[in-house]
Amino acid sequence: MPESATTTPGPAAEGPREDTPLLEVRGVTKAFGSGRRRLTALDGVDIEVGRGTTLGLVGESGCGKSTLARVLLGLERPDAGTVRFDGTDPFALRGKELLAWRRRVQMVFQDPFASLNARMSAADLIGEPWRTHRDVVPGAGAREKRIRELLDLVGLRAGDAHRYPNEFSGGQRQRIGIARALALDPDLVVCDEPVSALDLSVQAQVLNVLSDLRTRLGVTYVFISHDLSVVRHISDRVTVMYLGKVVEHGETDEVFETPRHPYTAALMSAAPVLHPGGGSRREEIQLRGEIPSPFDIPSGCRFRTRCPRAEEQCASEAPPAAARGTADGGEPHTALCHFPLAAGSSWA
Amino acid sequence: MTTTSPPTRSDADTPALDVEGLCVELSTPSGTVRAVDGVSFSVRRGRTLALLGESGCGKSMTALSVVGLLDPAAAVTGGAVRVRGDDTLRMSPAQRRRLAGPVLSIVFQDALTALNPVQPVGRQIGEPFRIHRRLSRRQAREKAIELMTRVGIPEPRQRARSYPHQFSGGMRQRLLIAMAVALAPDVLIADEPTTALDVTVQAQIMRLLRDLQDERDMAVVLITHDLAVVAQRADDVVVMYAGTVVENGPVRDVFAAPRHPYTRGLLDSVPEDSVRGRPLPAVPGSPPELSAVPAGCVFQARCPLVRERCVRERPVPRPAGEGRSAACHFSEELDRA
Ligand SMILES: Nc1ncnc2c1ncn2[C@@H]1O[C@H](COP(=O)(O)OP(=O)(O)OP(=O)(O)O)[C@@H](O)[C@H]1O
Ligand SMILES: Nc1ncnc2c1ncn2[C@@H]1O[C@H](COP(=O)(O)OP(=O)(O)OP(=O)(O)O)[C@@H](O)[C@H]1O
Ligand code: SF4
Ligand code: SF4
Ligand SMILES: [Mg+2]
Ligand SMILES: [Mg+2]
Repeated sequence: MPESATTTPGPAAEGPREDTPLLEVRGVTKAFGSGRRRLTALDGVDIEVGRGTTLGLVGESGCGKSTLARVLLGLERPDAGTVRFDGTDPFALRGKELLAWRRRVQMVFQDPFASLNARMSAADLIGEPWRTHRDVVPGAGAREKRIRELLDLVGLRAGDAHRYPNEFSGGQRQRIGIARALALDPDLVVCDEPVSALDLSVQAQVLNVLSDLRTRLGVTYVFISHDLSVVRHISDRVTVMYLGKVVEHGETDEVFETPRHPYTAALMSAAPVLHPGGGSRREEIQLRGEIPSPFDIPSGCRFRTRCPRAEEQCASEAPPAAARGTADGGEPHTALCHFPLAAGSSWA
Repeated sequence: MTTTSPPTRSDADTPALDVEGLCVELSTPSGTVRAVDGVSFSVRRGRTLALLGESGCGKSMTALSVVGLLDPAAAVTGGAVRVRGDDTLRMSPAQRRRLAGPVLSIVFQDALTALNPVQPVGRQIGEPFRIHRRLSRRQAREKAIELMTRVGIPEPRQRARSYPHQFSGGMRQRLLIAMAVALAPDVLIADEPTTALDVTVQAQIMRLLRDLQDERDMAVVLITHDLAVVAQRADDVVVMYAGTVVENGPVRDVFAAPRHPYTRGLLDSVPEDSVRGRPLPAVPGSPPELSAVPAGCVFQARCPLVRERCVRERPVPRPAGEGRSAACHFSEELDRA
């Protein structure tokens, strides 16, 4: 990968291998613990992210999003399945090649408090990756300048460079995490709830920066967020997960406007909407039942214990993973369901 | 003990929490700066007050002052914090400890660091019952499992034995909430309690808070940047900017017709009909550095209505309609815009 050695990021949208997605994940499975306490956090997950595009990843708390993110970063080795980044398996890389790959893939961690070393100043934290990847920004002067630029990008001040994590507010720490992830000019950034602690205005500023990097440099994102309006704004495609499985995938507007999987429909309906000046809100589909135990996943379709459309078949047979329906442009829109909602049909 | 205390004469009209003119100063290498500057608000039992404002404006610091858990670099230098009429700033540490849990409780913003990494979560959640209710280890454990069920942790019995790192981000946040509401406090301060939660779980937590509020007539201070949650859940709102309160009043009225230019800018940032790829609206500029807060209005550098008087004179909160106030010299002009 010659391009990984240069200071400019890898191929933009019109790169030479445009036809292959930048990231391809097939059948990834990951379990924690053993015996009765074995918990399958990911169960045969497939995702695909095209160069310079953004994939939104949504799903109930505990469904495996952060675990998947850690697999994408090579921080967690899957029990089964494959990860392909630009055609190569990152888990097979060693030495120099592994280092070069690590530079290209960065993460904004979900927990801005726990993920920052309390003994390092903001400048140290942002510049730390350059100690390993020396050629990205060579020279002390250039580094100092770059740190100022990165702080400015995320709405912090040059004067903040010498402060320590405990001297920042929650949202300010989250932004240090973002600046740090951008320090190596990565090709892929996995953002795990990157703007959850930010007020709307600062959130808008950060999202605008991310979009701008995509347009200018072709950066690719996997964007995990529970905030559906943010996901809708930033993503080209959306993948919905439930209890370790992908249950729906499609082009963003398609998924938001005509969700096919009953879980997606419920998720969309539960999003609080702001109507300045009061007024009624959308009908919420309240899911009945408890979130099933990840130690004891229901037979057949794993959503059946809470699904208002469930029928006998749902308990006996796992729904086929095959694509159900395509959007107008021919883009696949898949739902892991025996009885998906038809486009435009009403609930249940 | 709180459940049995008979209602005293003042109960009906004494707010559960009353913060008056709170000032917090920070010592930094470049001198002392004021992070919270004269913040006042009060919450009655059974009511929810939302604290809104830009990242870094002093919300968490206000919350931590109320519960007496400020960072050593920070100190309360003025004002009063009254819980059920008693000034907590003048209490001894022992008196404060008795308050923490059954009377006043907080959900911290940082879910992971607030949990003890080397103790099973069931034990941590059960702890308040052992300390304040003198329950046995087994009874406390049952209480913990009950609470874990209420915040929607699947298989609570089994997972009570797990350690914090074995839970997802949103689950840890729910564990903290379980711990904070364990003893059904009179006043609950929740600092971004649902930021890491998907909407269905968020709705569940908000229902739990509402149920507790109904059962126990709890007063809630909700710190969140999620305006939709504020609109749905809160009765009143306090909007902060650079350590000061710039506007307050009933949520409905404030959201329908803000009386401070910052509040209006914030409401205008809602990405409602945003088009993908198009920049989102943001309030241009950034807040003043704490060491260089201007003499006049704190919002002057970013305010579209700014004029000469704003630079000269700091606006004080003025009545701005029924139960409302705003700290802007020209708040009336927003009415017409
Ligand atoms: N190290 C671990 N040991 C045991 N279980 C784990 C571990 N890490 C994660 N899990 C479990 O795996 C499941 C998926 O966790 P993950 O963090 O991926 O969820 P998530 O989708 O990111 O949730 P959230 O939205 O709450 O952050 C959860 O049930 C969690 O408890
Ligand atoms: N120890 C410290 N030294 C210097 N400044 C500090 C220190 N602790 C906090 N600050 C500053 O005090 C201000 C108030 O912080 P606070 O945590 O109250 O903000 P917040 O409103 O909760 O923000 P957020 O929404 O991002 O959590 C911030 O600007 C922060 O940078
Ligand atoms: S397969 Fe059955 S239970 Fe599962 S989502 Fe579809 S209708 Fe519901
Ligand atoms: S006082 Fe002046 S600068 Fe401040 S908010 Fe009002 S109009 Fe704007
Ligand atoms: Mg997570
Ligand atoms: Mg805070």
